[in-house]
Amino acid sequence: MSEFFAMGGRGYYVWMSYGITALFMIVEVIALMRSRTSVLKRLARMVRAEERGNSQ
Amino acid sequence: MAFKNSIAWYYFSSPKNFYPLAGRLVPWFWALSITLLVVGLYMGFFVAPTDYKQGESYRIIYIHVPAAWMSMLIYLVMACYAIIGLAWKLRMAEMMASALAPTGAMFTFLALWTGAFWGKPTWGTYWVWDARLTSELILLFLYIGYISLQSAIDDPRRAARASALLAIVGVINLPIIYWSVTWWNTLHQGASVSPTMEPKMASIMLNSMLVMTFAFWTYTIAVVLMRVRRTILERESQTSWVKALVGGQTENKSAGEKQ
Repeated sequence: MSEFFAMGGRGYYVWMSYGITALFMIVEVIALMRSRTSVLKRLARMVRAEERGNSQ
Repeated sequence: MAFKNSIAWYYFSSPKNFYPLAGRLVPWFWALSITLLVVGLYMGFFVAPTDYKQGESYRIIYIHVPAAWMSMLIYLVMACYAIIGLAWKLRMAEMMASALAPTGAMFTFLALWTGAFWGKPTWGTYWVWDARLTSELILLFLYIGYISLQSAIDDPRRAARASALLAIVGVINLPIIYWSVTWWNTLHQGASVSPTMEPKMASIMLNSMLVMTFAFWTYTIAVVLMRVRRTILERESQTSWVKALVGGQTENKSAGEKQ
């Protein structure tokens, strides 16, 4: 197992490449899901405010 | 048949109709992408042998080359949407172009990053100003320029037109990146895979790399469809269908999420 992570002495270079790639791809997806939620919340607030404005 | 197809294209060029279609496609592309990632990583790390010249550090190729290919492919697709958006004033094409840019920039950065961490053990340096590396860095600046130009202009239609022009002019950089290793004497190695030559690598290595490329490809489609759905909501926020969608979501969250 530790031999696998050592990558024949090149572990630092291999895992820095794979680690940062994985990090970026995961963070991109999480950021997108969070921004979708916040956009939906903001638009829902706008719609509710408009509905209140119309009923008054 | 052709008539039916053209109706479908027309139908889905409307944001209102594209939004639910994209929502249905996203989980399929996630499933495909994750499956391909698992298979590709397994092949790359456990089936493919150690390189006789470079040892284990060559395994960076399984993300470096796919990321570099995606960085160029995404730019090309983005420029095509930009042209369609300009020529036919299609809002959906404008939104697709801008949804592609962040993921394209990410893969460009990752191609440079993984290249640096492959270059250090192989060439003894993280960076050289060679034609391949420099033109790829220019691609990153083009993406960043495109994104910042778009966010600098408040009116979305004007932002789309201005950034589309930038994207189209920047296409000139793509053949420069692609052929840089043949036109100039670069430290970066020549193409390992090209349409006109026998691949210069073992077929298991080539196959792992292709599987990883399809994994990144399907990842890109999933992420871009997610991003374009968010953009549609923002840009169409004054339309009745978006109002009904987000309004319905506050009362019945699960029904809205399924859309």
